[in-house]
Amino acid sequence: MVEWTDFERQTIADIFGKIDYETVGAAALSRTLIVYPWTQRYFGNFGNLYNAAAIKTNPLIAKHGTTIVHGLDRAWKNLDNIKEAYTELSVLHSEKIHVDPDNFRLFCDCLTITLAAQMGADFNADIQAVVQKFLVVVVAALGRQYH
Amino acid sequence: MTLVIRMLTVYPQTKTYFAHWKDLSHGSAQIRKHGKIVINGIGEAVAKIDDLQKGLLTLSELHAFQLRVDPTNYKILSHCILVVLAITFPADFTPEAHVAVDKFLAAVSRSLSEKYR
Repeated sequence: MVEWTDFERQTIADIFGKIDYETVGAAALSRTLIVYPWTQRYFGNFGNLYNAAAIKTNPLIAKHGTTIVHGLDRAWKNLDNIKEAYTELSVLHSEKIHVDPDNFRLFCDCLTITLAAQMGADFNADIQAVVQKFLVVVVAALGRQYH
Repeated sequence: MTLVIRMLTVYPQTKTYFAHWKDLSHGSAQIRKHGKIVINGIGEAVAKIDDLQKGLLTLSELHAFQLRVDPTNYKILSHCILVVLAITFPADFTPEAHVAVDKFLAAVSRSLSEKYR
């Protein structure tokens, strides 16, 4: 089981309890699709992804970004039981959507950068370390049911 | 320059390359000096962007034969650079700018690993 310090629990609750899911989700997902274009392979049915402008204004992508970031809810609300909390989602990503788990890392990197842009100087090294640890744990849990 | 301290804090495994330094705390003079050296190196790469392999030859030999930094760490440092850019230029660090910088840093990383084997 992962050990979380009080500082880590507080930081995670502060950040994820207060983000604007629509803005952050849309920004993080569109950034992922633009910076790592191969990730577009999973979005064949999402309409126009022809260039960065199209991706940034695509409403289906924006909506899906929100869905993905809401997927983090079950992590920060269940810090002491993340592995179990993600069993269902892990099976979904592996058996149904067939997502290469490396993409989770790519999305998380873009999510980190989105949060950094939003929080500015408040996103210091210690805060970034907490976010990084949290996202790494989630990514590991998401990859667990792959076989 | 928060770059190096950020890397050492978020990815503690990178501290293994600095075991010979006395002070790895926030605000350490050694860390700040090293941050400048790294950023200047990247500046050098920007100037030689049209032939990174040739332009970074000396740096590549340094990293290959003396420093022997595992190339995974270039990805780690690159990510930290992107985070610092996002913090410093929140409006200008658009996804388009991000992909350009990421592509550049990946090329620099490749050139730095050029002489490893």
